Amino acid sequence: MGLFNIHARPGKTVSFLLSIALFLAGIAAYAVISQARHRENPQDKVVPTFSAMADGLKRAAFEKDRDGEYRLPVDTIASLRRFLISLALLSLAVLLGLQMGVFPYFELIFLRFITFFDKIPALAVLPILFILFGLGEISKVALILIGVFPTIALDTYLRAKDVPREQTTKALTLGAGQFEIAYKIIFPQVFPAVLNTIRLNFKAMILFLIAGESLAATVGLGYRIFVVRRYVAMDIIIPYVIWMSLLAFLADFLVRLWIKKRYKWVALEK
Amino acid sequence: MNNIEIDKAKQGDKPHVLVLEDVVKRYPDQTGKYFTVLNDIDFRVSAGEFVTVVGPSGCGKSTLLRLILGSEKPQQGKILFAGQPVVSPDRDRGIVFQKYSLFPHLTVLENLVFGLDVDAYSIVGRFLHPFRYRQSCKEYRHQALAYLERVGLEEHKDKYPQQLSGGMQQRVAIAQASIMKPRILLMDEPFGALDYSTRQDMQLFILEQWERTHMTIFFVTHDLEEAIFLGSRIIVLTQYYRTDSRKNEGAKIVTDLDIPAPYPRTSAFKCSEEMRKLILKIREDGLDPEHRQHIKDFDLSHQDAFRTINPEEWQLRE
Repeated sequence: MGLFNIHARPGKTVSFLLSIALFLAGIAAYAVISQARHRENPQDKVVPTFSAMADGLKRAAFEKDRDGEYRLPVDTIASLRRFLISLALLSLAVLLGLQMGVFPYFELIFLRFITFFDKIPALAVLPILFILFGLGEISKVALILIGVFPTIALDTYLRAKDVPREQTTKALTLGAGQFEIAYKIIFPQVFPAVLNTIRLNFKAMILFLIAGESLAATVGLGYRIFVVRRYVAMDIIIPYVIWMSLLAFLADFLVRLWIKKRYKWVALEK
Repeated sequence: MNNIEIDKAKQGDKPHVLVLEDVVKRYPDQTGKYFTVLNDIDFRVSAGEFVTVVGPSGCGKSTLLRLILGSEKPQQGKILFAGQPVVSPDRDRGIVFQKYSLFPHLTVLENLVFGLDVDAYSIVGRFLHPFRYRQSCKEYRHQALAYLERVGLEEHKDKYPQQLSGGMQQRVAIAQASIMKPRILLMDEPFGALDYSTRQDMQLFILEQWERTHMTIFFVTHDLEEAIFLGSRIIVLTQYYRTDSRKNEGAKIVTDLDIPAPYPRTSAFKCSEEMRKLILKIREDGLDPEHRQHIKDFDLSHQDAFRTINPEEWQLRE
């Protein structure tokens, strides 16, 4: 009846319940499995109970470890720092893409190179990075940048190219100079869309971050889950994974909010 | 070109804002071979004229406008604006396109202020004279508001262009271009995307603006009635004509007339006998592919019209 009806318009309550149904089902299934396993073996570590995970989270977040550190906050700050540094450096990608889209010489010099650069699998470069930059912070940030810099630059370039020529002509007839066209006409028109691309690339950035951390780090969210894996500490890993997902969701949400509030005209397009 | 000039314009008149002579524009097709779009275009425009250009689709009206604007270059011939060759678009020549004239990321008021701002201040200048800049910005807003009032849109000043109807957008675009007081205002089918009644309103609106400021307007349209209704002078550009040479490529100006009807014009002009006659004449001159005038019969009676003749195309016989 309802399921395959394209005209279906369920009410508010039903819509809400349906949208959270799978979350609830997942949690319930987990609880059932966890309980069943603990009934057989009270020492089971693979599917920890909720209380074990809450306990693990509490220990990681609010109790000092043997080095006298609060692990979760320290890990979070370390990972966040790497993420934010990469993000700041990505603004250079936006800048480069803009120049390429606006000024033909930049396009000629960079387009082919960046397009080729974009095809290099970032993870395959990781050993080279470790050899060149050692196991420190630089390698990890470099990995993230190699992974997403070309994507962001090319995206900005394509969008800048897509701005109708009439806009440039129009600005010239109003007395605008080259830089005013680049920074007052083209840039503000493409920036919201570029922000959106950066937002969608958060996932790739986090992926490269965890990859880097898992191989060479002494602190960080990605580092931690790989370390405690040795002890099958699922009560730590699962809360960490959920925490990371929440952070990613939050970052995504904040950027979406920024676009919506700051660039009201974007929603009016089309 | 080894041309014989037939020039009836009197020397010593007031200087012409715009002079085109022997202008040829070609484009490459998919195979890289060039085909001619505009074939030997000559004309002059005096200041204060409302020139309308009409012709069948694909005749190169918009190309002609882009050449004058400077966003494209001719293969041959010269285009002089105020005595200087046209190099690229600049603030002397304003433009209103059918679409994309307004900046979507700026509000209506900001769209008007933009030109005043960038024209007076460089990027560095804004920082070097912060106090003076702030003062100027206030002034620009006042000026822009005055213009918006004139086009009847002051209550929409804080909206984005996308929130306005098509007619209102074009009003803003006209205000945005004319606030810079360009020496000529180029318009490329500005009302082409509007519905019939909005179009009528906009025609009266642009006439009103023109009569008030007497700016020079170069107006491209495919609507014959619109061209006659608005223009003080009409230029008919068409690829439908005959010459004595076998190849016969690209559009020429076949008609260039003074439209005698006095201003202010009202909608009544559209129903007049005069309008009917002009429409019939121009349709036959330029818009009917069956009827092709010979090059020697072109009606270039406007006082600013002139042409250079290619002897291959017009073999003068005794």
